Amino acid sequence: MSISADSARSGVPAAPGTGDRPAGVDGRAGRARKRHRRTPYLFLLPALALELFVHFGPMLAGVVMSCLKLTQYQLAQWWAAPWAGLGNYRVVLDLDQPVGASLFKSFLITAAVTVIVVATAWTLGVAGAVSLQRMKRGRGLLRTLFLVPYALPVFAAVITWRFLLQRDNGMLNHVLVDQLGLLPGNAFYLIGPNSFWSLCVVEIWREWPFAFLMIMAALQSIPDELYEASSMDGAGPWRQLRRITLPMIAPVNQVLILVLALRTFRDFETPYVLFGGSAPDQARLISLEIYQNSFLTFNFGLGSAMSVLLLLFLMLVTGGYLAVTRRRTSLDA
Amino acid sequence: MTHETLGYRVFRRVTLGLLTLFVCAPLVVMVTTAVKPLDQVQSGFRWLPTEPTLRPFVDMWSTVPLARYFVNSVVVATISTVLSVTVAVFAAYAVSRWRFPGRETFRLAVLSTQMFPGILFLLPLFLLFVMVDRGTGLTLVGTRTGLVITYLTFALPYAIWMLVSYFETIPRGLDDAAKVDGCGPLRLLVSVLLPAARPVIVAVSIFSFMLAWGEVLFASVLTSEQTRTVSVGLQSYASEANVYWNQVMAASLVVSAPIVVAFLLLQRHITAGMTAGAVK
Amino acid sequence: MDWGKGMSARWRGAAAGFAAVALVMAGAACAGGSDAGDKTAVLTYWASQQSPSVQHDKEILEPELRKFTAQTGVRVELEVIPFTELLNKILTATTSGQGPDVLNIGNTWSPSLQATGALVGWDPAMMDKLGGAGRFESAALQTTGADGATPVAVPLYNKVYQLYYNKKLFREAGVSAPPATWDDFVTTAQKLTKDTDGDGKPDQWGLAVRGQAATVASHYAYILGSGLGAQYFAGGKPTFDSPAAVAGIERYLSWMGKDKIVNPSDAENADWADVYEAFAGNKAAMMLVQTLGQTLKDYKLTDQNYGVAPMPSNAAAGGRDIGSFVGGTNISIFKSADNLSGAVDLVKFLTSAPEQTVLNAAYGTIPAVKDATGPAFETPEMKIARDTIANRAIPMPRVPQETQFETLLGKDVVGWLAATATGQQPDAAQISAGLKAAAGKVSAGG
Repeated sequence: MSISADSARSGVPAAPGTGDRPAGVDGRAGRARKRHRRTPYLFLLPALALELFVHFGPMLAGVVMSCLKLTQYQLAQWWAAPWAGLGNYRVVLDLDQPVGASLFKSFLITAAVTVIVVATAWTLGVAGAVSLQRMKRGRGLLRTLFLVPYALPVFAAVITWRFLLQRDNGMLNHVLVDQLGLLPGNAFYLIGPNSFWSLCVVEIWREWPFAFLMIMAALQSIPDELYEASSMDGAGPWRQLRRITLPMIAPVNQVLILVLALRTFRDFETPYVLFGGSAPDQARLISLEIYQNSFLTFNFGLGSAMSVLLLLFLMLVTGGYLAVTRRRTSLDA
Repeated sequence: MTHETLGYRVFRRVTLGLLTLFVCAPLVVMVTTAVKPLDQVQSGFRWLPTEPTLRPFVDMWSTVPLARYFVNSVVVATISTVLSVTVAVFAAYAVSRWRFPGRETFRLAVLSTQMFPGILFLLPLFLLFVMVDRGTGLTLVGTRTGLVITYLTFALPYAIWMLVSYFETIPRGLDDAAKVDGCGPLRLLVSVLLPAARPVIVAVSIFSFMLAWGEVLFASVLTSEQTRTVSVGLQSYASEANVYWNQVMAASLVVSAPIVVAFLLLQRHITAGMTAGAVK
Repeated sequence: MDWGKGMSARWRGAAAGFAAVALVMAGAACAGGSDAGDKTAVLTYWASQQSPSVQHDKEILEPELRKFTAQTGVRVELEVIPFTELLNKILTATTSGQGPDVLNIGNTWSPSLQATGALVGWDPAMMDKLGGAGRFESAALQTTGADGATPVAVPLYNKVYQLYYNKKLFREAGVSAPPATWDDFVTTAQKLTKDTDGDGKPDQWGLAVRGQAATVASHYAYILGSGLGAQYFAGGKPTFDSPAAVAGIERYLSWMGKDKIVNPSDAENADWADVYEAFAGNKAAMMLVQTLGQTLKDYKLTDQNYGVAPMPSNAAAGGRDIGSFVGGTNISIFKSADNLSGAVDLVKFLTSAPEQTVLNAAYGTIPAVKDATGPAFETPEMKIARDTIANRAIPMPRVPQETQFETLLGKDVVGWLAATATGQQPDAAQISAGLKAAAGKVSAGG
């Protein structure tokens, strides 16, 4: 165990080349090699089968659905639904028409929410992990406490926030208006412009423990000697943060930020429960828009087209992000 | 680190204090609401109930078949975790220890599934399950099996990614030594790699479990009343006419407690498992 | 020992087999409740949740279904589904071809579900098996499908909007009778809106509304608009932006905006429970909700505390006297049902006069058939309800795009109410533009 931990800490990649097919030690090289060629595929088989069955097969079907005219009229015989080609896409992408305009607006709002949530959750994760790093007593307890928002069932967590944010009976107004006197009157958090910020706060509350956890783990792998050496050179904690900590956890950050962004962009439950099923325009995420177009208005063709566009967008962003950050990450082999 | 400036210490204390406040505010509301009688929940906000009661913790089992939902959740999450870890270990073993055509494609493909919007393939998956039922008689809709298969696949990408990262850090020297002893590939996996990978396996198990535990969208479509899980079932406390807020909170606390306790106990393993796995 | 070739082949076989076996074992161990055995002797019935809890619904329905089994020998497998999930489940059942034999549907969904072609049609011959269409309330019959097409459902339970008022608050304000016209309604409500704790802000309101629910918003818009003469669909095409429709919505928004008889916080009310709480807590004097039956018992209210009146009407010239739309639940049969005659028997049983009496009395709803009588229907609430449905109720638009209408129009009205709550009630031009956009979305099929 200590061997691998050391190699991990120093960032040296595993010895190259030894993953190749092993030389036939016993001399029956030819047949052994052939058998071994098949072995990895056999080990891969269950995962491959499941991915095809659950992820890729239905995904492709969804893409096909987006090219069909599939509304309530065709649902019962969906295999005979008429081909619509790119018709659904034309409707969705037409920004002058209500459907396209509404989708575009949701897209912008979702992008804004994602950027704010990821940036804040990441910052809180770093702040929390770094602060907790040096604590001895109570570290385990605080660490567990910080995990709770992530561990709570979505419905419970979000409904509690809904409770908190109610204008008349909610805790937030009770504290801000009645107890602290910071606001003149009860404010709206669940409708109106504040709803955007409410959504951000709730998402941050639920997502930041994930960032905290991953960064906390990554911090463990930074050797203390680096900090010792730098503090002997007179570096204060802030400089250490910038020069040592952040660069050392850069590979983790790369994945973490991507995962957080993808999760937030696709989130459905949080806005759905927070706004009682009817999100105000200012906080209308794209997942709700798609849901409305599939399950509420029965137009699965249109909803699928929106989903495919969302997927393409996410793939584009992910690809671009990985390309840009790959160049910067020194630890990547 | 030896020297800590006063400013830094203050920053640390303030940060931890604010984070604790941020995390705890809703939790406090949950706990105090869970012990209030319903009429106190519905009226103006009060920090503490005037007559705290544990009735919600009792009533919550009968208002909604919480016990059944809980059992369903535990069964589905446990089995899908065990299976997903097994399947992921096999796949990660292949990806980590062999170079074969299709290796990179497989890795990227599996990673790309993280971008699939659930709503896109929800209905097709449902239809696929129905077709399997018609063709083979194996019922997947409304059964725990269908949910297990779905969740186990959802957990695979992240599990495979973490396991591959971790396996890469286990030196090939150990492999070679075992092969010299005449170990076949499976035996090598079981007796050499798995023991060394215990921490990451624990970490992956916890993430898989929590994914299965908390998923709502697919559960709402793929379960019947008999097989419903807790994540969907909690919504049943809110009917058209009345919302039993205190019972919702009580149920949420009770239902989350096992996970939080498990995390408390397994913390060390998780962070150790994520350490080497995270640095790639 | 030579582990070599033979061992690894065997291990590999085992490895490949393991996953497959594990999955099958998981299947066998986990198979949930699906029925086996003789299909024709069992009917699957999806009932909607009509009472505050699924358990309570089962307690009401199961004894009745046992009577059915005793009469016909056919067993019924009952599943009670909350309305929030019911439509999704029906959609997936429609798409997959695998679903119940008999099912309840929200009656406003009838035209949309009719368009899927998955439900059995009820032509006059079928209706005769139930005793003829004449047994049913004619307004209820209009909710069974699109105009001019063969109905696909049979009315089962009905509800209409009614005015519920808080007797105590009425007494205190010196209001002797509930308002009969919409104009009176506003003036009465204004008398009932007061500041009771002296902080300068009203905390008792004339009316409470469930502001954040799209379907409810669409109901109000429809009732008020239709009362002023609005037509929402013409020849199957949406015509939402008529001046009457705009005026109807303006009236609704003004209650919170210009008239100030509704608490702005009500724009956040996502559940009926929020409205009932305000009513029961003496924070709101009136509410306009669908037939409640025993629902308010949960809030410890009896007819000593609250009274029921018909929905106000339009005194304006040219206005139609529309009290409500016809709400409620219908019952349908899937075409994929194995035992059609058994299914028809079940529908016949549930729409028979005795069963209609028992079930509607238990649920507090209006019987769909005229020949269901009993003491339960002699309460003031029930008498008003039955009168409304017979004389003053119209169905929601009888077009396949009805659900889109409710969703899209409702969502817009919710947004306008939110704007009103934050102090910016939209004017007629904005509402008209919004309605036009909603109509555009419905036309685009989105």
